[in-house]
Amino acid sequence: MKKILIAACAAALVSTTAMVAPALAASHSITACLITKTDTNPFFVKMKEGAAAKAEELGIDLKTFAGKVDGDHETQVAAIETCIADGAKGILLTASDTSSIVSSVQQARDAGLVVIALDTPLEPIDSADATFATDNFLAGELIGKWAAAKLGDEAANAKIAMLDLAVSQPSVGVLRDQGFLQGFGIELGDPTKWGDETDPRIVGNDITAGNEEGGRKAMENLLVKDPEVNVVYTINEPAAAGAYEALKAIGRERDVLIVSVDGGCPGVQNIADGVIGATSQQYPLLMASKGIEAIAAWAKDGTKPATTPGKEFFDTGVALVTDTPVDGVESISVEEGKALCWG
Amino acid sequence: MSKQDTQDFEAAAASSPQSVVEFSEERHGLFERIQHVLHQTPALVPLVVLMISLAVFGILLGSKFFSPFALTLILQQVAIVGIVGAAQSLVILTAGIDLSVGAIMVLSSVVMGQFTFRYGLPVEVAIGCGLLVGTFCGFINGWLIAIMKLPPFIVTLGMWQIVLATNFLYSANETIRSQEIATEAPLLQLFGWTFKVGADESGRGGANFTVGVIFMVVLICVLAYVLKQTAWGRHVYAVGDDPEAAELSGVQVKRTLISVYMLSGLICAFAGWALIGRIGSVSPTSGQLANIESITAVVIGGISLFGGRGSIAGMLFGALIVGVFTLGLRLLGADAQWTYLLIGALIIGAVAVDQWIRKVAS
Repeated sequence: MKKILIAACAAALVSTTAMVAPALAASHSITACLITKTDTNPFFVKMKEGAAAKAEELGIDLKTFAGKVDGDHETQVAAIETCIADGAKGILLTASDTSSIVSSVQQARDAGLVVIALDTPLEPIDSADATFATDNFLAGELIGKWAAAKLGDEAANAKIAMLDLAVSQPSVGVLRDQGFLQGFGIELGDPTKWGDETDPRIVGNDITAGNEEGGRKAMENLLVKDPEVNVVYTINEPAAAGAYEALKAIGRERDVLIVSVDGGCPGVQNIADGVIGATSQQYPLLMASKGIEAIAAWAKDGTKPATTPGKEFFDTGVALVTDTPVDGVESISVEEGKALCWG
Repeated sequence: MSKQDTQDFEAAAASSPQSVVEFSEERHGLFERIQHVLHQTPALVPLVVLMISLAVFGILLGSKFFSPFALTLILQQVAIVGIVGAAQSLVILTAGIDLSVGAIMVLSSVVMGQFTFRYGLPVEVAIGCGLLVGTFCGFINGWLIAIMKLPPFIVTLGMWQIVLATNFLYSANETIRSQEIATEAPLLQLFGWTFKVGADESGRGGANFTVGVIFMVVLICVLAYVLKQTAWGRHVYAVGDDPEAAELSGVQVKRTLISVYMLSGLICAFAGWALIGRIGSVSPTSGQLANIESITAVVIGGISLFGGRGSIAGMLFGALIVGVFTLGLRLLGADAQWTYLLIGALIIGAVAVDQWIRKVAS
């Protein structure tokens, strides 16, 4: 049995090498890898599109990998190993497990690859050569400020439901949550975690997994806690759509302000339809194309990508999308948002 | 052999039957009687647990939890798992397992949505197609298991991946928004329509019953009747208990198995329709945990994973227990992890009780 297994492995190895070798020989161009959390989320689909378009333009051979589900760490490690073995010049990575992946990233960097974290910073952030991401704290702050300005004096009596991502408190979710609260004018506890604020205006936190189902359930739970909720922060637009369904079921969808982050096309359309009040839009396409350019530069003369002044990463920008702008918060219209949206 | 010895034997013989009588009386003690009752009505354990957990959370949380609004909310929150759990129950009663239930549910809902919006088919036709797709997935499962004799775990593990990948490839992971569905094909949201009982003037509070909840309850009642009272239902139990004995006594095992998996697929497709009503939109990423959640409900509901024993009503109680714990603990402000911890304990407890009950000969 063992012998058969070894023979089979050897045969598989020989045949893959045989298949890969001519491919390598044929293309002397630069190879780059894109590793995303999943390949089903429209955010990553758009990222892949942006990277592929840029790679084609610069004549780079792009290979893409993705975890099976969000949080699938093992597949991402295997993908990094494959890229090293493949002789790639650089890796663009949206890590599922931001601290565990660091050792694999180090391996790649030791092997002479440039590793760029997209969208999600690693922990610590300097484990990657560079990070191209949305400033998620700023994204939260924008919708927080908008909501406070929209309510005016009533902001002092607001009842806020916080619809977060997951109990494991991934950094993206924490930054958006804390940014929102700061923007709204609520005193933060420990800014590296959510749920420790003492302000009585917060009705409660619940988790949504970032989808419609979770958004609806979390909203229902918080409505039982306090049916008079009038401001809802949501981690992303699918969660916001779910929360809206829960509010509609009890006839309160008209008198609650929902804010969100992402800027996906369905989400922006939901602003036009009055489901969401405002959303902070981020730009995955830009992250990916900038990333590919950076790998090309690294392959050419070893230049490392720079960071945005004053930040630990390269900020790919964020814009508030709303059709009811308020004083003191810069925003773009739904039409402008639609032109830039993804998914 | 002396006379003394013979007398001793007689004495021993006289005393021995008496001790046997005593022993059998002991066997009908309180514990054994409970064991026997539980063996007859396996839904009793989850029902008792449900009542106790309702009471405990009611005492801890008062009217916030014990209101018609909160209690009917639990029903709404478990409706999807309850419907999928009904499909899972049928399969597990045949000593099988279906890991593909959630994937079939989502694919069916995507087909209903995309057929309406991408191809412009009348919504009734699109829903019919969705139900057919679900039934067809179930048929493939059943055919591979009954005719090709492959283990259910492996078949449905494979189908789970295949159906889910099909779902993502076909839908391109595009969400169809609730507002579009409401204006163009409101029938897709049928299961979300709500009947309010005892709400105040602004429509708040009171009990809310969605069509999805009513469908779940009716479905479970119908299945409970069919499983108990019809020949097909008894065959399902017989196949799960001992397929060879069932075959020998004239049950068409293969046909029964295929019909169970097809019905399971159809019920999952209805769950997909109900899912649209629940979340408003058609979202290809939802329902990822439906298989695990439905198996959890089935196991806590006292249906034996070895097949042939348990009642579908127990599954409903199992799903409700999970719902009560989830909402109750969230209202108490506990970390969500505590819910998972307690549900884990309940699963192991339920199987331990099942093993204990199995020791009784019926």
